[in-house]
Amino acid sequence: MIARTPKTVRPGETRARRSLYLQYMIEPFFYLSPAIVLIGAVIMFPLIIGISYSFQSIELLKPFASGWIGFENYVDLWSDRKFWIAMENTLFWTFWSITFQFLLGLGLAMLLNTHFFGKKLFQALVFLPWAVPTFLSALTWAWLFNPVIGPLPHWMAALGILSEPYNILGDPDLAMWGPIIANVWFGVPFFAITLLAALQSIPGELYEAAEVDGASPWQTFTKITLPFLAPMIAITVMLRTIWIANFADLIFVMTGGGPANSTQILSTYIFTTAFRKLDFGYASTIAVALLVILLIYAIILLWLRKKLVKI
Amino acid sequence: MSAVKKRHPTFVVGKYAALAFYLIFALFPLYWLLKIAITPDALIYSEGTRLFPSEVTLLNFTTVVFQTDFLAYFRNSLVVSLGAAFFTTLFAAGAGYAFSRFVFKGKRIIIALMLVTQMFPLLMIIAPIYKIVAELGLLNSLTSLIVVYTAFNIPFATFLMQSFFDGIPKDLEDAAMMDGCSRFQALRKVVFPLTLPGLGATLGFVFTAAWSELLFALMLISKNDAMTFPVGLLTFVSKFSVDWGQMMAAGVLALIPSCLFFIFIQRYLVQGLTSGAVKG
Repeated sequence: MIARTPKTVRPGETRARRSLYLQYMIEPFFYLSPAIVLIGAVIMFPLIIGISYSFQSIELLKPFASGWIGFENYVDLWSDRKFWIAMENTLFWTFWSITFQFLLGLGLAMLLNTHFFGKKLFQALVFLPWAVPTFLSALTWAWLFNPVIGPLPHWMAALGILSEPYNILGDPDLAMWGPIIANVWFGVPFFAITLLAALQSIPGELYEAAEVDGASPWQTFTKITLPFLAPMIAITVMLRTIWIANFADLIFVMTGGGPANSTQILSTYIFTTAFRKLDFGYASTIAVALLVILLIYAIILLWLRKKLVKI
Repeated sequence: MSAVKKRHPTFVVGKYAALAFYLIFALFPLYWLLKIAITPDALIYSEGTRLFPSEVTLLNFTTVVFQTDFLAYFRNSLVVSLGAAFFTTLFAAGAGYAFSRFVFKGKRIIIALMLVTQMFPLLMIIAPIYKIVAELGLLNSLTSLIVVYTAFNIPFATFLMQSFFDGIPKDLEDAAMMDGCSRFQALRKVVFPLTLPGLGATLGFVFTAAWSELLFALMLISKNDAMTFPVGLLTFVSKFSVDWGQMMAAGVLALIPSCLFFIFIQRYLVQGLTSGAVKG
Protein backbone atom coordinates (compact mmCIF):
# COMPACT_ATOMS: atom_id res chain seq x y z
CA MET A 1 0.00 0.00 0.00
CA ILE A 2 1.33 3.34 -1.01
CA ALA A 3 -0.17 5.05 2.00
CA ARG A 4 2.36 3.38 4.28
CA THR A 5 5.37 4.42 2.26
CA PRO A 6 5.73 8.18 2.57
CA LYS A 7 8.50 8.22 -0.02
CA THR A 8 6.05 8.11 -2.89
CA VAL A 9 3.97 11.01 -1.61
CA ARG A 10 4.35 13.74 -4.13
CA PRO A 11 5.14 17.34 -3.14
CA GLY A 12 1.98 18.92 -4.49
CA GLU A 13 -0.17 16.80 -2.27
CA THR A 14 1.53 17.63 0.98
CA ARG A 15 1.24 21.29 0.14
CA ALA A 16 -2.46 20.83 -0.38
CA ARG A 17 -2.52 19.36 3.13
CA ARG A 18 -4.97 16.64 2.32
CA SER A 19 -4.97 13.64 4.54
CA LEU A 20 -3.19 10.72 2.97
CA TYR A 21 -6.06 8.45 3.84
CA LEU A 22 -8.47 10.60 1.90
CA GLN A 23 -5.99 10.88 -0.93
CA TYR A 24 -5.40 7.21 -1.49
CA MET A 25 -8.42 5.39 -0.19
CA ILE A 26 -11.30 7.65 -1.08
CA GLU A 27 -10.21 9.59 -4.14
CA PRO A 28 -10.05 6.69 -6.60
CA PHE A 29 -13.63 5.85 -5.76
CA PHE A 30 -14.61 9.33 -6.79
CA TYR A 31 -13.48 8.43 -10.32
CA LEU A 32 -14.75 4.88 -10.14
CA SER A 33 -18.19 5.31 -8.62
CA PRO A 34 -20.26 5.92 -11.78
CA ALA A 35 -18.79 2.81 -13.39
CA ILE A 36 -19.27 0.70 -10.25
CA VAL A 37 -22.83 1.89 -9.67
CA LEU A 38 -23.83 1.15 -13.26
CA ILE A 39 -22.20 -2.26 -13.40
CA GLY A 40 -23.73 -3.13 -10.05
CA ALA A 41 -27.22 -1.97 -10.99
CA VAL A 42 -27.37 -3.17 -14.59
CA ILE A 43 -25.25 -6.33 -14.54
CA MET A 44 -24.58 -7.70 -11.06
CA PHE A 45 -27.99 -7.10 -9.52
CA PRO A 46 -29.91 -8.59 -12.50
CA LEU A 47 -27.47 -11.50 -12.49
CA ILE A 48 -28.45 -12.41 -8.93
CA ILE A 49 -32.13 -11.87 -9.73
CA GLY A 50 -31.67 -14.06 -12.82
CA ILE A 51 -30.24 -16.91 -10.76
CA SER A 52 -33.19 -16.62 -8.40
CA TYR A 53 -35.55 -16.76 -11.41
CA SER A 54 -34.28 -20.23 -12.20
CA PHE A 55 -35.94 -21.46 -9.01
CA GLN A 56 -39.25 -19.77 -9.80
CA SER A 57 -42.04 -20.11 -12.28
CA ILE A 58 -42.19 -16.81 -14.11
CA GLU A 59 -44.17 -16.90 -17.30
CA LEU A 60 -45.52 -13.57 -18.46
CA LEU A 61 -48.26 -15.39 -20.34
CA LYS A 62 -49.40 -17.15 -17.13
CA PRO A 63 -49.16 -14.41 -14.50
CA PHE A 64 -51.10 -16.34 -11.84
CA ALA A 65 -48.94 -19.44 -11.92
CA SER A 66 -45.84 -17.68 -10.67
CA GLY A 67 -43.99 -18.55 -7.48
CA TRP A 68 -41.08 -20.48 -6.01
CA ILE A 69 -40.85 -24.01 -7.30
CA GLY A 70 -37.46 -25.16 -6.05
CA PHE A 71 -35.54 -27.31 -8.49
CA GLU A 72 -38.49 -28.08 -10.75
CA ASN A 73 -37.04 -26.08 -13.66
CA TYR A 74 -33.79 -28.02 -13.38
CA VAL A 75 -35.63 -31.33 -13.35
CA ASP A 76 -37.46 -30.24 -16.49
CA LEU A 77 -34.19 -29.19 -18.06
CA TRP A 78 -32.64 -32.58 -17.41
CA SER A 79 -35.38 -34.33 -19.37
CA ASP A 80 -35.67 -31.63 -22.05
CA ARG A 81 -34.53 -33.16 -25.32
CA LYS A 82 -34.16 -29.71 -26.89
CA PHE A 83 -31.66 -28.76 -24.20
CA TRP A 84 -29.39 -31.71 -25.00
CA ILE A 85 -29.66 -31.05 -28.74
CA ALA A 86 -28.74 -27.43 -28.09
CA MET A 87 -25.78 -28.58 -26.00
CA GLU A 88 -24.50 -30.77 -28.81
CA ASN A 89 -25.04 -27.98 -31.33
CA THR A 90 -23.19 -25.52 -29.09
CA LEU A 91 -20.14 -27.80 -29.13
CA PHE A 92 -20.31 -28.23 -32.91
CA TRP A 93 -20.82 -24.52 -33.55
CA THR A 94 -18.07 -23.42 -31.17
CA PHE A 95 -15.52 -26.01 -32.24
CA TRP A 96 -15.76 -25.44 -36.00
CA SER A 97 -16.10 -21.68 -35.70
CA ILE A 98 -13.01 -21.38 -33.54
CA THR A 99 -10.98 -23.84 -35.62
CA PHE A 100 -11.55 -22.04 -38.91
CA GLN A 101 -11.27 -18.58 -37.36
CA PHE A 102 -7.98 -19.52 -35.80
CA LEU A 103 -6.43 -21.18 -38.86
CA LEU A 104 -7.48 -18.46 -41.27
CA GLY A 105 -6.58 -15.76 -38.74
CA LEU A 106 -3.11 -17.24 -38.28
CA GLY A 107 -2.61 -17.35 -42.05
CA LEU A 108 -3.70 -13.74 -42.42
CA ALA A 109 -1.47 -12.61 -39.55
CA MET A 110 1.53 -14.31 -41.12
CA LEU A 111 0.78 -12.67 -44.47
CA LEU A 112 0.47 -9.28 -42.81
CA ASN A 113 3.79 -9.85 -41.12
CA THR A 114 5.56 -9.84 -44.52
CA HIS A 115 6.10 -6.98 -46.94
CA PHE A 116 4.01 -6.44 -50.03
CA PHE A 117 2.67 -3.64 -52.14
CA GLY A 118 -0.45 -1.89 -50.81
CA LYS A 119 -0.31 -3.56 -47.41
CA LYS A 120 -2.03 -0.75 -45.49
CA LEU A 121 -5.03 -0.69 -47.81
CA PHE A 122 -5.15 -4.50 -47.84
CA GLN A 123 -5.19 -4.58 -44.05
CA ALA A 124 -8.00 -2.04 -43.82
CA LEU A 125 -10.07 -3.99 -46.36
CA VAL A 126 -9.62 -7.47 -44.90
CA PHE A 127 -10.43 -6.17 -41.41
CA LEU A 128 -13.64 -4.60 -42.68
CA PRO A 129 -15.93 -7.58 -41.85
CA TRP A 130 -15.27 -6.92 -38.20
CA ALA A 131 -16.84 -3.47 -38.53
CA VAL A 132 -20.00 -4.82 -40.10
CA PRO A 133 -22.78 -4.86 -37.51
CA THR A 134 -23.50 -8.50 -36.59
CA PHE A 135 -27.17 -8.39 -37.52
CA LEU A 136 -26.13 -7.16 -40.95
CA SER A 137 -23.47 -9.86 -41.38
CA ALA A 138 -26.16 -12.38 -40.53
CA LEU A 139 -28.66 -10.94 -43.02
CA THR A 140 -26.03 -10.63 -45.75
CA TRP A 141 -24.98 -14.26 -45.41
CA ALA A 142 -28.57 -15.43 -45.18
CA TRP A 143 -29.17 -13.64 -48.47
CA LEU A 144 -26.04 -15.11 -50.04
CA PHE A 145 -27.29 -18.60 -49.20
CA ASN A 146 -30.71 -17.87 -50.68
CA PRO A 147 -30.88 -19.35 -54.20
CA VAL A 148 -33.26 -16.63 -55.35
CA ILE A 149 -30.85 -13.73 -54.94
CA GLY A 150 -27.59 -15.29 -53.74
CA PRO A 151 -24.92 -16.93 -55.87
CA LEU A 152 -23.62 -19.45 -53.33
CA PRO A 153 -26.15 -22.28 -53.86
CA HIS A 154 -25.56 -22.10 -57.62
CA TRP A 155 -21.82 -22.23 -57.21
CA MET A 156 -22.02 -25.11 -54.76
CA ALA A 157 -24.28 -26.98 -57.14
CA ALA A 158 -21.88 -26.33 -60.02
CA LEU A 159 -19.01 -27.68 -57.91
CA GLY A 160 -21.03 -30.75 -57.05
CA ILE A 161 -21.28 -30.00 -53.33
CA LEU A 162 -25.06 -29.72 -53.60
CA SER A 163 -27.20 -31.86 -55.89
CA GLU A 164 -29.23 -28.80 -56.88
CA PRO A 165 -29.11 -25.13 -55.88
CA TYR A 166 -31.19 -25.03 -52.71
CA ASN A 167 -30.88 -23.07 -49.47
CA ILE A 168 -28.64 -24.94 -47.05
CA LEU A 169 -30.15 -22.92 -44.19
CA GLY A 170 -33.31 -24.97 -44.70
CA ASP A 171 -31.55 -28.32 -44.62
CA PRO A 172 -31.27 -29.74 -41.08
CA ASP A 173 -28.08 -31.61 -41.99
CA LEU A 174 -26.21 -28.60 -43.34
CA ALA A 175 -27.94 -25.59 -41.79
CA MET A 176 -25.34 -25.10 -39.04
CA TRP A 177 -22.61 -24.48 -41.61
CA GLY A 178 -24.35 -21.27 -42.73
CA PRO A 179 -23.92 -19.42 -39.42
CA ILE A 180 -20.50 -21.00 -38.96
CA ILE A 181 -19.27 -19.58 -42.27
CA ALA A 182 -20.72 -16.18 -41.39
CA ASN A 183 -19.04 -16.39 -38.00
CA VAL A 184 -15.68 -17.29 -39.56
CA TRP A 185 -16.01 -14.37 -41.96
CA PHE A 186 -16.76 -12.04 -39.07
CA GLY A 187 -14.15 -13.41 -36.64
CA VAL A 188 -11.00 -13.88 -38.75
CA PRO A 189 -9.92 -10.22 -38.38
CA PHE A 190 -9.97 -10.45 -34.59
CA PHE A 191 -7.64 -13.45 -34.57
CA ALA A 192 -5.45 -11.87 -37.23
CA ILE A 193 -5.03 -8.68 -35.19
CA THR A 194 -4.14 -10.40 -31.93
CA LEU A 195 -1.82 -12.92 -33.58
CA LEU A 196 -0.18 -10.21 -35.67
CA ALA A 197 0.65 -8.30 -32.50
CA ALA A 198 2.20 -11.45 -31.04
CA LEU A 199 4.13 -12.19 -34.24
CA GLN A 200 5.63 -8.72 -34.24
CA SER A 201 6.96 -9.23 -30.74
CA ILE A 202 9.14 -12.20 -31.84
CA PRO A 203 12.74 -10.98 -32.00
CA GLY A 204 13.98 -10.85 -35.61
CA GLU A 205 17.43 -12.20 -34.66
CA LEU A 206 15.92 -15.62 -34.08
CA TYR A 207 14.87 -15.84 -37.70
CA GLU A 208 18.27 -14.60 -38.89
CA ALA A 209 20.00 -17.21 -36.77
CA ALA A 210 17.70 -19.90 -38.13
CA GLU A 211 18.44 -18.85 -41.67
CA VAL A 212 22.19 -18.89 -41.05
CA ASP A 213 21.82 -22.40 -39.68
CA GLY A 214 19.98 -23.41 -42.85
CA ALA A 215 16.55 -24.06 -41.35
CA SER A 216 13.71 -24.66 -43.79
CA PRO A 217 10.66 -22.35 -43.66
CA TRP A 218 8.63 -25.18 -42.14
CA GLN A 219 11.24 -25.71 -39.43
CA THR A 220 11.35 -22.00 -38.69
CA PHE A 221 7.57 -22.02 -38.37
CA THR A 222 7.33 -25.01 -36.06
CA LYS A 223 10.47 -24.35 -34.02
CA ILE A 224 10.32 -20.57 -33.59
CA THR A 225 7.00 -19.04 -34.60
CA LEU A 226 4.61 -21.54 -33.01
CA PRO A 227 6.37 -21.85 -29.63
CA PHE A 228 6.51 -18.06 -29.35
CA LEU A 229 2.85 -17.70 -30.25
CA ALA A 230 1.67 -20.53 -28.01
CA PRO A 231 0.81 -18.52 -24.88
CA MET A 232 -1.02 -15.91 -26.92
CA ILE A 233 -2.86 -18.60 -28.87
CA ALA A 234 -3.90 -20.33 -25.66
CA ILE A 235 -5.35 -17.23 -24.04
CA THR A 236 -7.05 -15.95 -27.21
CA VAL A 237 -8.61 -19.29 -28.04
CA MET A 238 -9.89 -19.68 -24.51
CA LEU A 239 -11.48 -16.23 -24.36
CA ARG A 240 -12.84 -16.55 -27.86
CA THR A 241 -14.37 -19.96 -27.17
CA ILE A 242 -16.39 -18.53 -24.32
CA TRP A 243 -17.40 -15.58 -26.44
CA ILE A 244 -18.49 -17.70 -29.41
CA ALA A 245 -20.40 -20.14 -27.22
CA ASN A 246 -22.43 -17.17 -25.99
CA PHE A 247 -22.81 -15.56 -29.38
CA ALA A 248 -26.45 -15.86 -30.39
CA ASP A 249 -27.02 -13.02 -32.87
CA LEU A 250 -25.88 -14.72 -36.07
CA ILE A 251 -27.84 -17.91 -35.57
CA PHE A 252 -30.92 -16.12 -34.30
CA VAL A 253 -31.09 -13.89 -37.37
CA MET A 254 -30.07 -16.49 -39.95
CA THR A 255 -32.11 -19.50 -38.89
CA GLY A 256 -33.84 -18.68 -35.61
CA GLY A 257 -32.58 -22.02 -34.31
CA GLY A 258 -34.36 -24.02 -37.00
CA PRO A 259 -34.97 -26.04 -39.06
CA ALA A 260 -36.18 -28.55 -36.48
CA ASN A 261 -33.79 -27.14 -33.84
CA SER A 262 -30.82 -28.22 -35.93
CA THR A 263 -29.08 -24.87 -35.32
CA GLN A 264 -30.40 -24.24 -31.82
CA ILE A 265 -27.47 -23.53 -29.49
CA LEU A 266 -27.82 -22.85 -25.78
CA SER A 267 -27.67 -19.08 -26.09
CA THR A 268 -30.30 -18.92 -28.82
CA TYR A 269 -32.41 -21.31 -26.78
CA ILE A 270 -32.18 -18.88 -23.84
CA PHE A 271 -33.16 -15.99 -26.05
CA THR A 272 -36.06 -17.66 -27.83
CA THR A 273 -37.41 -19.01 -24.54
CA ALA A 274 -37.34 -15.52 -23.04
CA PHE A 275 -38.33 -13.57 -26.13
CA ARG A 276 -40.89 -15.77 -27.83
CA LYS A 277 -42.34 -17.83 -24.98
CA LEU A 278 -41.80 -15.14 -22.33
CA ASP A 279 -40.92 -18.00 -19.95
CA PHE A 280 -38.35 -16.18 -17.84
CA GLY A 281 -37.95 -18.87 -15.21
CA TYR A 282 -36.96 -21.56 -17.69
CA ALA A 283 -34.81 -19.18 -19.75
CA SER A 284 -32.83 -18.35 -16.59
CA THR A 285 -32.46 -22.05 -15.83
CA ILE A 286 -30.86 -22.70 -19.23
CA ALA A 287 -28.69 -19.63 -18.66
CA VAL A 288 -27.44 -20.97 -15.32
CA ALA A 289 -26.67 -24.29 -16.98
CA LEU A 290 -24.67 -22.53 -19.71
CA LEU A 291 -22.82 -20.54 -17.07
CA VAL A 292 -21.89 -23.71 -15.19
CA ILE A 293 -20.64 -25.35 -18.40
CA LEU A 294 -18.50 -22.33 -19.24
CA LEU A 295 -17.13 -22.25 -15.70
CA ILE A 296 -16.14 -25.91 -15.86
CA TYR A 297 -14.49 -25.26 -19.21
CA ALA A 298 -12.52 -22.30 -17.84
CA ILE A 299 -11.40 -24.25 -14.78
CA ILE A 300 -10.20 -27.19 -16.90
CA LEU A 301 -8.33 -24.83 -19.19
CA LEU A 302 -6.65 -22.96 -16.36
CA TRP A 303 -5.70 -26.25 -14.76
CA LEU A 304 -4.24 -27.52 -18.04
CA ARG A 305 -2.32 -24.29 -18.48
CA LYS A 306 -0.84 -24.60 -15.01
CA LYS A 307 0.24 -28.17 -15.75
CA LEU A 308 1.76 -27.31 -19.11
CA VAL A 309 3.60 -24.26 -17.81
CA LYS A 310 5.29 -26.33 -15.09
CA ILE A 311 6.85 -28.59 -17.71
CA MET B 1 11.20 -8.48 -41.26
CA SER B 2 12.82 -11.89 -41.35
CA ALA B 3 15.03 -11.79 -44.40
CA VAL B 4 12.58 -12.92 -47.08
CA LYS B 5 14.73 -12.01 -50.03
CA LYS B 6 15.23 -14.81 -52.42
CA ARG B 7 12.14 -16.94 -52.33
CA HIS B 8 11.05 -19.55 -54.79
CA PRO B 9 8.67 -18.21 -57.48
CA THR B 10 5.94 -20.65 -56.48
CA PHE B 11 6.15 -19.24 -52.99
CA VAL B 12 5.54 -15.72 -54.32
CA VAL B 13 2.63 -16.89 -56.47
CA GLY B 14 1.18 -18.74 -53.50
CA LYS B 15 1.48 -15.66 -51.33
CA TYR B 16 -0.38 -13.44 -53.77
CA ALA B 17 -3.00 -16.11 -54.30
CA ALA B 18 -3.52 -16.18 -50.54
CA LEU B 19 -3.77 -12.38 -50.43
CA ALA B 20 -6.38 -12.48 -53.18
CA PHE B 21 -8.32 -15.19 -51.36
CA TYR B 22 -8.52 -13.15 -48.16
CA LEU B 23 -9.50 -10.03 -50.04
CA ILE B 24 -12.30 -11.74 -51.97
CA PHE B 25 -13.53 -13.60 -48.91
CA ALA B 26 -13.71 -10.35 -46.92
CA LEU B 27 -15.25 -8.14 -49.57
CA PHE B 28 -17.49 -10.38 -51.66
CA PRO B 29 -20.48 -10.45 -49.25
CA LEU B 30 -20.38 -6.68 -48.94
CA TYR B 31 -20.10 -6.33 -52.69
CA TRP B 32 -23.15 -8.53 -53.12
CA LEU B 33 -25.11 -6.43 -50.64
CA LEU B 34 -24.31 -3.33 -52.64
CA LYS B 35 -24.98 -5.07 -55.95
CA ILE B 36 -28.52 -6.13 -55.07
CA ALA B 37 -29.17 -2.69 -53.57
CA ILE B 38 -28.40 -0.96 -56.86
CA THR B 39 -30.10 -3.54 -59.12
CA PRO B 40 -33.51 -2.40 -60.43
CA ASP B 41 -36.40 -4.45 -59.04
CA ALA B 42 -37.30 -5.86 -62.43
CA LEU B 43 -33.87 -7.42 -62.88
CA ILE B 44 -33.35 -8.90 -59.40
CA TYR B 45 -34.72 -12.33 -60.28
CA SER B 46 -33.72 -12.52 -63.94
CA GLU B 47 -30.14 -11.53 -63.15
CA GLY B 48 -30.10 -13.12 -59.70
CA THR B 49 -26.66 -14.60 -59.91
CA ARG B 50 -24.89 -12.32 -62.37
CA LEU B 51 -21.84 -10.63 -60.94
CA PHE B 52 -22.73 -7.24 -62.41
CA PRO B 53 -26.23 -5.92 -63.03
CA SER B 54 -26.85 -4.71 -66.59
CA GLU B 55 -28.60 -1.64 -65.23
CA VAL B 56 -27.99 0.40 -62.12
CA THR B 57 -30.47 2.42 -60.06
CA LEU B 58 -30.54 4.41 -56.82
CA LEU B 59 -34.30 4.06 -56.58
CA ASN B 60 -34.08 1.54 -53.72
CA PHE B 61 -32.16 4.02 -51.61
CA THR B 62 -34.57 6.89 -52.20
CA THR B 63 -37.54 4.63 -51.48
CA VAL B 64 -35.99 3.42 -48.24
CA VAL B 65 -35.13 6.91 -47.08
CA PHE B 66 -38.30 8.71 -48.04
CA GLN B 67 -41.08 6.12 -47.98
CA THR B 68 -40.25 3.87 -45.05
CA ASP B 69 -39.58 4.37 -41.34
CA PHE B 70 -35.87 3.83 -41.78
CA LEU B 71 -34.98 7.45 -41.26
CA ALA B 72 -36.63 7.26 -37.84
CA TYR B 73 -34.82 3.98 -37.05
CA PHE B 74 -31.61 5.59 -38.15
CA ARG B 75 -32.20 8.55 -35.85
CA ASN B 76 -33.08 6.29 -32.90
CA SER B 77 -29.95 4.23 -33.44
CA LEU B 78 -27.86 7.36 -33.67
CA VAL B 79 -29.28 8.72 -30.41
CA VAL B 80 -28.75 5.42 -28.60
CA SER B 81 -25.25 4.79 -29.96
CA LEU B 82 -23.99 8.32 -29.41
CA GLY B 83 -25.55 8.45 -25.94
CA ALA B 84 -24.05 5.12 -24.94
CA ALA B 85 -20.68 6.04 -26.46
CA PHE B 86 -20.59 9.37 -24.64
CA PHE B 87 -21.51 8.09 -21.18
CA THR B 88 -19.40 4.95 -21.46
CA THR B 89 -16.34 6.93 -22.45
CA LEU B 90 -16.91 9.43 -19.65
CA PHE B 91 -17.31 6.79 -16.94
CA ALA B 92 -14.66 4.47 -18.36
CA ALA B 93 -12.17 7.32 -18.49
CA GLY B 94 -12.77 7.93 -14.79
CA ALA B 95 -12.46 4.26 -13.90
CA GLY B 96 -9.46 3.73 -16.18
CA TYR B 97 -7.75 6.73 -14.60
CA ALA B 98 -8.34 5.35 -11.12
CA PHE B 99 -6.89 1.95 -12.12
CA SER B 100 -3.92 3.55 -13.81
CA ARG B 101 -2.91 6.05 -11.14
CA PHE B 102 -3.97 4.73 -7.76
CA VAL B 103 -3.24 1.78 -5.58
CA PHE B 104 -6.15 1.32 -3.25
CA LYS B 105 -8.11 -1.21 -1.22
CA GLY B 106 -10.55 -3.23 -3.29
CA LYS B 107 -8.84 -2.54 -6.60
CA ARG B 108 -8.23 -6.19 -7.37
CA ILE B 109 -11.78 -7.17 -6.50
CA ILE B 110 -13.21 -4.48 -8.75
CA ILE B 111 -10.96 -5.48 -11.63
CA ALA B 112 -11.89 -9.13 -11.13
CA LEU B 113 -15.60 -8.24 -11.13
CA MET B 114 -15.17 -6.32 -14.35
CA LEU B 115 -13.40 -9.28 -15.94
CA VAL B 116 -16.22 -11.57 -14.83
CA THR B 117 -18.76 -9.39 -16.63
CA GLN B 118 -16.80 -10.05 -19.80
CA MET B 119 -17.02 -13.79 -19.34
CA PHE B 120 -20.56 -14.75 -18.49
CA PRO B 121 -23.33 -14.78 -21.07
CA LEU B 122 -24.99 -11.37 -20.96
CA LEU B 123 -28.09 -13.07 -22.34
CA MET B 124 -28.40 -14.51 -18.84
CA ILE B 125 -29.71 -11.22 -17.58
CA ILE B 126 -32.07 -10.49 -20.43
CA ALA B 127 -35.12 -11.71 -18.49
CA PRO B 128 -34.38 -9.82 -15.25
CA ILE B 129 -33.47 -6.68 -17.21
CA TYR B 130 -36.77 -6.88 -19.06
CA LYS B 131 -38.73 -7.16 -15.80
CA ILE B 132 -36.82 -4.35 -14.13
CA VAL B 133 -37.20 -2.05 -17.13
CA ALA B 134 -40.89 -2.93 -17.38
CA GLU B 135 -41.46 -2.19 -13.70
CA LEU B 136 -39.74 1.17 -14.11
CA GLY B 137 -42.08 1.86 -17.02
CA LEU B 138 -39.16 2.32 -19.38
CA LEU B 139 -40.05 -0.25 -22.03
CA ASN B 140 -39.91 1.23 -25.52
CA SER B 141 -37.74 4.11 -24.37
CA LEU B 142 -34.33 4.88 -25.79
CA THR B 143 -33.12 5.81 -22.30
CA SER B 144 -33.28 2.21 -21.11
CA LEU B 145 -31.18 1.11 -24.08
CA ILE B 146 -28.60 3.82 -23.44
CA VAL B 147 -28.28 2.81 -19.78
CA VAL B 148 -28.01 -0.90 -20.59
CA TYR B 149 -25.44 -0.44 -23.36
CA THR B 150 -23.40 1.94 -21.24
CA ALA B 151 -23.16 -0.60 -18.43
CA PHE B 152 -22.32 -3.47 -20.83
CA ASN B 153 -19.49 -1.57 -22.47
CA ILE B 154 -17.91 0.02 -19.40
CA PRO B 155 -15.65 -2.91 -18.46
CA PHE B 156 -13.95 -3.25 -21.84
CA ALA B 157 -13.77 0.53 -22.29
CA THR B 158 -12.24 0.87 -18.85
CA PHE B 159 -9.41 -1.54 -19.67
CA LEU B 160 -8.86 0.26 -22.96
CA MET B 161 -8.72 3.68 -21.28
CA GLN B 162 -6.45 2.31 -18.58
CA SER B 163 -3.95 1.21 -21.22
CA PHE B 164 -4.06 4.70 -22.74
CA PHE B 165 -3.53 6.35 -19.34
CA ASP B 166 -0.69 3.94 -18.62
CA GLY B 167 0.98 5.29 -21.75
CA ILE B 168 1.01 8.85 -20.40
CA PRO B 169 3.92 9.49 -18.03
CA LYS B 170 2.79 10.18 -14.51
CA ASP B 171 5.54 12.77 -14.16
CA LEU B 172 3.60 15.18 -16.34
CA GLU B 173 0.74 15.42 -13.86
CA ASP B 174 3.13 15.44 -10.94
CA ALA B 175 4.96 18.37 -12.43
CA ALA B 176 1.70 20.24 -12.98
CA MET B 177 0.58 19.54 -9.44
CA MET B 178 3.90 20.62 -8.07
CA ASP B 179 3.36 23.89 -9.88
CA GLY B 180 0.19 24.37 -7.90
CA CYS B 181 -2.49 22.73 -10.01
CA SER B 182 -5.09 20.64 -8.26
CA ARG B 183 -5.37 17.10 -9.53
CA PHE B 184 -8.47 18.04 -11.44
CA GLN B 185 -6.74 20.98 -13.11
CA ALA B 186 -3.79 18.78 -13.96
CA LEU B 187 -6.21 16.30 -15.48
CA ARG B 188 -7.96 18.91 -17.53
CA LYS B 189 -4.94 20.81 -18.76
CA VAL B 190 -2.29 18.12 -19.09
CA VAL B 191 -3.77 14.65 -19.25
CA PHE B 192 -6.97 15.34 -21.19
CA PRO B 193 -5.31 16.69 -24.35
CA LEU B 194 -2.92 13.73 -24.39
CA THR B 195 -5.76 11.23 -23.98
CA LEU B 196 -7.82 12.57 -26.87
CA PRO B 197 -6.83 9.73 -29.24
CA GLY B 198 -7.72 7.18 -26.55
CA LEU B 199 -11.04 8.87 -25.89
CA GLY B 200 -11.73 8.88 -29.62
CA ALA B 201 -10.93 5.18 -29.96
CA THR B 202 -13.15 4.28 -27.01
CA LEU B 203 -15.99 6.38 -28.41
CA GLY B 204 -15.62 4.54 -31.71
CA PHE B 205 -15.61 1.08 -30.13
CA VAL B 206 -18.68 1.70 -28.04
CA PHE B 207 -20.50 3.39 -30.89
CA THR B 208 -20.03 0.41 -33.20
CA ALA B 209 -20.95 -2.05 -30.45
CA ALA B 210 -24.14 -0.16 -29.60
CA TRP B 211 -24.97 0.34 -33.27
CA SER B 212 -25.05 -3.39 -33.93
CA GLU B 213 -26.63 -4.67 -30.70
CA LEU B 214 -29.78 -6.58 -31.56
CA LEU B 215 -31.08 -8.94 -28.90
CA PHE B 216 -31.60 -6.56 -25.99
CA ALA B 217 -33.09 -3.97 -28.32
CA LEU B 218 -35.46 -6.62 -29.66
CA MET B 219 -36.53 -7.48 -26.13
CA LEU B 220 -36.93 -3.96 -24.79
CA ILE B 221 -38.37 -2.22 -27.82
CA SER B 222 -41.58 -3.27 -29.51
CA LYS B 223 -43.12 0.02 -30.62
CA ASN B 224 -42.30 1.05 -34.14
CA ASP B 225 -41.33 4.63 -33.33
CA ALA B 226 -38.69 3.64 -30.78
CA MET B 227 -37.03 0.91 -32.85
CA THR B 228 -33.33 1.01 -33.48
CA PHE B 229 -31.93 0.13 -36.87
CA PRO B 230 -31.26 -3.59 -36.27
CA VAL B 231 -34.73 -4.14 -34.81
CA GLY B 232 -36.33 -2.13 -37.59
CA LEU B 233 -34.48 -4.00 -40.31
CA LEU B 234 -35.32 -7.37 -38.81
CA THR B 235 -39.04 -6.58 -38.54
CA PHE B 236 -38.85 -5.22 -42.06
CA VAL B 237 -37.36 -8.52 -43.20
CA SER B 238 -40.06 -10.61 -41.57
CA LYS B 239 -42.85 -8.31 -42.72
CA PHE B 240 -41.97 -7.74 -46.36
CA SER B 241 -39.60 -10.55 -47.18
CA VAL B 242 -39.95 -10.01 -50.90
CA ASP B 243 -38.51 -6.54 -51.31
CA TRP B 244 -34.87 -7.54 -51.58
CA GLY B 245 -33.61 -4.35 -53.16
CA GLN B 246 -35.00 -2.13 -50.43
CA MET B 247 -33.77 -4.37 -47.65
CA MET B 248 -30.27 -4.42 -49.00
CA ALA B 249 -30.34 -0.68 -49.58
CA ALA B 250 -31.28 -0.31 -45.91
CA GLY B 251 -28.44 -2.68 -45.06
CA VAL B 252 -25.95 -0.58 -46.98
CA LEU B 253 -27.18 2.51 -45.13
CA ALA B 254 -26.71 0.72 -41.79
CA LEU B 255 -23.17 -0.09 -42.80
CA ILE B 256 -22.11 3.51 -43.38
CA PRO B 257 -21.77 4.79 -39.78
CA SER B 258 -19.93 1.66 -38.65
CA CYS B 259 -17.51 1.85 -41.53
CA LEU B 260 -16.82 5.53 -40.92
CA PHE B 261 -16.04 4.83 -37.29
CA PHE B 262 -14.02 1.78 -38.24
CA ILE B 263 -11.79 3.77 -40.58
CA PHE B 264 -11.35 6.24 -37.76
CA ILE B 265 -10.46 3.70 -35.07
CA GLN B 266 -8.57 1.25 -37.29
CA ARG B 267 -5.24 2.76 -36.28
CA TYR B 268 -5.94 2.52 -32.57
CA LEU B 269 -7.40 -0.94 -32.94
CA VAL B 270 -4.04 -2.47 -33.71
CA GLN B 271 -2.28 -0.15 -31.27
CA GLY B 272 -4.71 -0.83 -28.42
CA LEU B 273 -4.67 -4.57 -28.87
CA THR B 274 -0.92 -4.59 -29.28
CA SER B 275 -0.33 -2.79 -26.02
CA GLY B 276 -2.79 -5.16 -24.38
CA ALA B 277 -0.94 -8.11 -25.86
CA VAL B 278 2.47 -6.93 -24.76
CA LYS B 279 1.29 -6.57 -21.21
CA GLY B 280 -0.25 -10.01 -21.34
